[in-house]
Amino acid sequence: MNTQTIRQAFYKSIPVLAGYVVIGMGFGILMRNAGYGAAWAAAMSIFMYAGSMQYVGVGLLTGGASVLTTAITTFMVNARHLFYSISMINTYKDAGKYKPFMIFALTDETYSLLCDGKIPAGVEPERYRFFVSFFNYCYWIAGSILGNLLGAVVPFSTAGIEFSMTALFVAAFTEQWLETKNHVPALTGLLCTLLSLAVFGRENFLIPAMLLITLALSLLRRDGEETL
Amino acid sequence: MKSSLLIAVMAIVTILLRFIPFLMFRKHTPQYILYLGKVLPQAIIGMLVVFCLKDISPSGHLSGIPELTAVACVAGAQAWKRNSLLSILAGTILYMALVQTVFC
Repeated sequence: MNTQTIRQAFYKSIPVLAGYVVIGMGFGILMRNAGYGAAWAAAMSIFMYAGSMQYVGVGLLTGGASVLTTAITTFMVNARHLFYSISMINTYKDAGKYKPFMIFALTDETYSLLCDGKIPAGVEPERYRFFVSFFNYCYWIAGSILGNLLGAVVPFSTAGIEFSMTALFVAAFTEQWLETKNHVPALTGLLCTLLSLAVFGRENFLIPAMLLITLALSLLRRDGEETL
Repeated sequence: MKSSLLIAVMAIVTILLRFIPFLMFRKHTPQYILYLGKVLPQAIIGMLVVFCLKDISPSGHLSGIPELTAVACVAGAQAWKRNSLLSILAGTILYMALVQTVFC
């Protein structure tokens, strides 16, 4: 039963493996070029574990940003994690001893793997979710250390491999679309984000998009929660 | 060293953002939050899809053709086989082939 849970969790995490190793390596290389060794790259991956923010963070470190600027930038870039946590409160409620790590490790990709609340037949739910989170965490740390140590030495062209993260979200979106009858939440997410992108531009649209999504979903609730 | 301080700040803010909702609603989760928890995943995944494709512009020299082709491939494969791993692999290989050969 135990190995079955771990095997299923590993299988679930495979789509993230290539993406995290490669994007993690990209981060490691960036840190190396900025003059930071493997221990620094590893420390950021271990303690922050937030992909896009780590890329932004390299700029903050080299640019000599202030503590306040760093705190505000981190808040802006990572505010979406509030939403991931809100929507996992119920799913994670019985996670017990695994819970602190699972909350810490709730990245975009881990969220997209676990947010539908489904688990394979015959696995222990809490342990399964823990191991999916844990495998992803390992890929990310390994990637950032490897990238930092090896530099840009990769035997074949990996141009375009970063698309695997986009593909992960598109697959999750499609799967959720096929599984649910009511497409209002999915369409709300797409439309609010597109609207926000058009109004605020590609640098600043994420937080307005989240507020707009929350507002729209809250207004839609009045029409009858049962229909959603 | 200042770098350690900045990394600590980034780590603490990130960790707080992840933990605050869980700590706030530890004892009692209001119906409204449970409702949001139910509908947000689909909306947020939609948001992430748009976020990943934000750099496509109609005037760009690639015009987003490789991206949109690969997105269609992933969605199509997922609708057909319902196997995420397969869909992601197919879409990523197609995208890599497109940007390394046709659209380079």
